[in-house]
Amino acid sequence: MSTTVDAAVAFRPRDYSLTGPDTEAAIARGLSQATWYTCPVPRKQMKELMKRSDGPAIRDTLIWFASFIVTGGLAYYFWATWWCVPFFIAYGVLYGSSSDSRWHECGHGTAFKTRWMNDVVYHIACFMILREPTVWRWSHTRHHTDTIIVGRDPEIASPRPPSIGTLLLNLFQLKSGPVAIKKLFIHATGRLTAEEATFIPEMERWKVFLVARIYLALFALVILACVWTRSILPAMFVGLPTFYGGFMTLFFGLTQHAGLAEDVLDHRLNARTVYMNPVFRFLYWNMNYHVEHHMFPMVPYHALPALHAAIKADCPTPYPSTLAAYREIIPALLRQRREPSYFVRRPLPAAE
Amino acid sequence: MADGWIDACAAEDIDAEDVIRFDHAGRTFAIYRLNDDTYFATDGLCTHEKVHLADGLVMDGIIECPKHNGRFDVRTGEAKGAPVCIDLATHKVKVQGGRVFLQIG
Repeated sequence: MSTTVDAAVAFRPRDYSLTGPDTEAAIARGLSQATWYTCPVPRKQMKELMKRSDGPAIRDTLIWFASFIVTGGLAYYFWATWWCVPFFIAYGVLYGSSSDSRWHECGHGTAFKTRWMNDVVYHIACFMILREPTVWRWSHTRHHTDTIIVGRDPEIASPRPPSIGTLLLNLFQLKSGPVAIKKLFIHATGRLTAEEATFIPEMERWKVFLVARIYLALFALVILACVWTRSILPAMFVGLPTFYGGFMTLFFGLTQHAGLAEDVLDHRLNARTVYMNPVFRFLYWNMNYHVEHHMFPMVPYHALPALHAAIKADCPTPYPSTLAAYREIIPALLRQRREPSYFVRRPLPAAE
Repeated sequence: MADGWIDACAAEDIDAEDVIRFDHAGRTFAIYRLNDDTYFATDGLCTHEKVHLADGLVMDGIIECPKHNGRFDVRTGEAKGAPVCIDLATHKVKVQGGRVFLQIG
């Protein structure tokens, strides 16, 4: 691993909200809607990489659905015995964690070539991971415009100094989940939060309110089913897996940006590419190639390994494993607790 | 320039189902060639966040912005859904003598 660490300038407390002084400061400094560094890729090659295809995503989605049926079926069969536990864990990870990457890829509209297929899987995955589709589409749009720009990016997972307690709670969505449910109620009454109003255009807001009502109705049905059957079993299949199976979302998600630089206009400095095993890459749909994804978000997940090969000479050395990434992330987050100005500085090839 | 037509590029400069950037008089445009060898032109920047569309992907008459995948119909400039909400301005194009001419609308 060729990464080095550095302390930055003296720390001043940052305001990570989208309506505070750091928002104005980021805009004033030209960090918002800025031009980002991109590695040179010949147009012909980039066109090939961007090319859409239904095949890989249909294959992966069929495997995904089949995995739900197998793990869910066995969990049901073994219900009320200890044997159901491993099957519920597997079902939960598929539901509460792998839905993260499905939501993400289909939100970009790149997973499938056929538009409606992207939309169908997007909405299913959004419900599973409890992310309202319109809100998160716009939130993620901002994340790509102003990646890890304090005051602009609504998706900074570990603001400095990081709250280890929050991160641990979010292993099972125990902090983010209740917030998401509270927002469902806000949206269902036809309102947005002040932050959401900064990135969701007026003409899109009716969708937010409609979907929030649909989600609440679906959850009410699940609760009704639990009461009717006098069992928690229906909720073990719909609703609760978001929580008990959500730990891999954080496990994968923290590798993306945690501990890296803020307020830079180069994704090589604020994102990680981590080599992962095939099972993780299936669950995560190649989002481990995160530098590549941010630099060229038009490239579908199945072409990211090829994009990685095309630009890796111009990028920092990738992390050889998830474990290697965490050997950097955990100490970095702990150090940021006592030294919030600290961040991991990724050496760029020219400087190596 | 004659009758407001601007000589933009050679017709062969643009691959089939592709787009190139053309800058003129302080403005930037995107010129498209579709699979049936028809040519179209629009403003060059996405109406969402001013990203050059010439870096995007042309697919079945739709240009996708390289930054947020906003989609426009290159023939009409129509925004095809979130995150793009505002249509693109289109411009007249003609091909003559192997050259592509643009008339800014």
